[in-house]
Amino acid sequence: MEIVLVGLNHRTAPVEVRERVSFNAEQAQRAAEELRARGILEETLVLSTCNRSEVYGVPPESSHESAPGLSTFLSEFHSVRADILSVSLYHHYDQEAVRHLFRVAAGLDSMLLGEAEILGQVREAYRFAHEHGATGPVLNRLFQGALEVGKRVRTETELGTRPMSAASAGVKLAERIFGKLSERKALVLGAGTISEQVVSHLRDRGIAQLYVMNRSRDRAEELAKEFGGKVVEWGEWDIALRSPDVVVTSVSAEEPVLRREIVERAMVARGNRALFLMDLGVPRNIDPMVAELYNVYVYKIPLAQGIVEEQLSKFLSWQASVELVGLVDALRTKLREERATFIRSRMEPMKHLTETDRAHIEKLMDEMLEKLLLEPAQRLRDEKELRRKIQNVEALRDLFLSSREKP
Amino acid sequence: MNHLFPVLTGVAYLLSLILYVRFLSTGNRLTGRLGTLLLGLGLVAHYFALWERSRGSHTVPYHDLYGSMSLFGWLLALTYLGLELYHRQRSVGAFVLPFILVFFLAAHLAPADRLAPPPVHGVVFALHVTLSILAYAAFALSFVLSLIFLGEERHLRNHKLGDVVWRLPPLELLDQMSRSSVLVGLISIAIGTALGFVSIDQLPGQNSFYDPKYVITLLVLALYVLYFRLARTTAWRGARASKLCIFNFVIVVLSFTVVNLYLSHSHRYF
Repeated sequence: MEIVLVGLNHRTAPVEVRERVSFNAEQAQRAAEELRARGILEETLVLSTCNRSEVYGVPPESSHESAPGLSTFLSEFHSVRADILSVSLYHHYDQEAVRHLFRVAAGLDSMLLGEAEILGQVREAYRFAHEHGATGPVLNRLFQGALEVGKRVRTETELGTRPMSAASAGVKLAERIFGKLSERKALVLGAGTISEQVVSHLRDRGIAQLYVMNRSRDRAEELAKEFGGKVVEWGEWDIALRSPDVVVTSVSAEEPVLRREIVERAMVARGNRALFLMDLGVPRNIDPMVAELYNVYVYKIPLAQGIVEEQLSKFLSWQASVELVGLVDALRTKLREERATFIRSRMEPMKHLTETDRAHIEKLMDEMLEKLLLEPAQRLRDEKELRRKIQNVEALRDLFLSSREKP
Repeated sequence: MNHLFPVLTGVAYLLSLILYVRFLSTGNRLTGRLGTLLLGLGLVAHYFALWERSRGSHTVPYHDLYGSMSLFGWLLALTYLGLELYHRQRSVGAFVLPFILVFFLAAHLAPADRLAPPPVHGVVFALHVTLSILAYAAFALSFVLSLIFLGEERHLRNHKLGDVVWRLPPLELLDQMSRSSVLVGLISIAIGTALGFVSIDQLPGQNSFYDPKYVITLLVLALYVLYFRLARTTAWRGARASKLCIFNFVIVVLSFTVVNLYLSHSHRYF
């Protein structure tokens, strides 16, 4: 049971590409039918808004090889050259695909952080696909989960009542600490779209001095020139963190960029002057331990992200339980077949056994096999923690079943 | 005794509190301005209430504990209003007004003592008492501001930002307001204490310099000087300074209650 996502959004594609790859209702239905007919996807859902076009699906084989086929399909379907499209497309499988959808529904992936419109669009896309029979048990469950995430984020966090761009929210929080920013300095790590938004907001609020730090110096210089800031060399933390009051991070990095020891050293050099860190990176750019330092304030969006992770965990647990139950059923069928062959071969020389004896032995073996399988199957159904522990069902499948026997 | 001014004061303070709370929850500027206006009216009415009380009991308003409490409430309101106008920040009003109201009501709902008037101590003594109570009021204000600072900081760290937190003053401004308030308190207590020594020097037969009240007053002075110096350093600015300010006020409360009531020889008129 694999989930695949291929798509593009406001961060990865310019508006002209987004326009060419968008789907109307009729196209979404046709795409779903063609994807099924070509054997690329068994279940399909197209989510198309002005800022994103994404195709979610369940391929017939769990091989993590369906994304290229889906990308080619999108290129053909919209008559956009593959080389143009490929630079804008992203693809995710399973857990990452689910997390992405949940973040989308939560409004965390939107240009305007927490905007409510996207939840309605997700709901509408799901309703349409469901009504036209394009979804199945997996996508049904996935999108119901996504709608729950969106609803919870809007009712349980302030994002719902106070939607604003991530940049604006962060800048307003900085004002909660320093008051007016007109005598303050800011450092922006990263030079992407979000950084640009932050810089624009900081300039609007009259920030006195702006520093830009980016892995690519050219891009940093471009941004600094546009907003009258200065470029700081990437990695020069001791210099970079000495003077700014506000630091904004929006960098693509697997590991936190601002580690505790870096900020700790900077705080000593600053004489503990208050420092506001705004972490807008996904995954996080700032080590969580940094928030423990005196006079250091770290802004992130923990509640909404927490809900996403909680619901993700629920979905993965459900997915694992469905897969494990399927695995147990397949295992049962295999053992029964093995049992029949085994008994036939072993009882062949035992001529003294009557038909009743043979039937009795077969029944006993059936009971034993059932007993062996029943308890683990029951525990898998009931124990969430056990399902979490068995992370890779594929490994179990490979261990017990040949590819022919996989469900 | 005429009850017009106490009633007017109580009503003005109460309405002012309601308006300040409403301003904090809605952010409506007009509501905030009306709150300030009513606080000002309350201050004027409170002044006349204090004056009438003094006239009624033929003595100074700080003659008894209740009079002192009322004067404390009035000076707290005056200090707060000054701070609000100086820093152009009125969202703290909702937290200060309850203290003003409690002190005012506690003082005016209780009957004025009908004791014989104390010996006339003159202007120097009056200034000593008034400035000392002003200092206590200013320290009380810095205590409230420090509590707000710690609460707001905690909310910011936990990302629990309701509408109220968004309307509170920024942390650095709270820090500044607290320092301003302590500065008012320090100047008042320094002059007030000096005048107290001058006043006691003028009184025949009262030349004891070993009263525990003097010791604790000097301790309070030293602690607030320490706060004032530390709160301006980068290492202490913020939560640490606020905690020190709260600790200092605990000593002030001890000085105002336990020391005055049980230990002091010369300050028992409270």
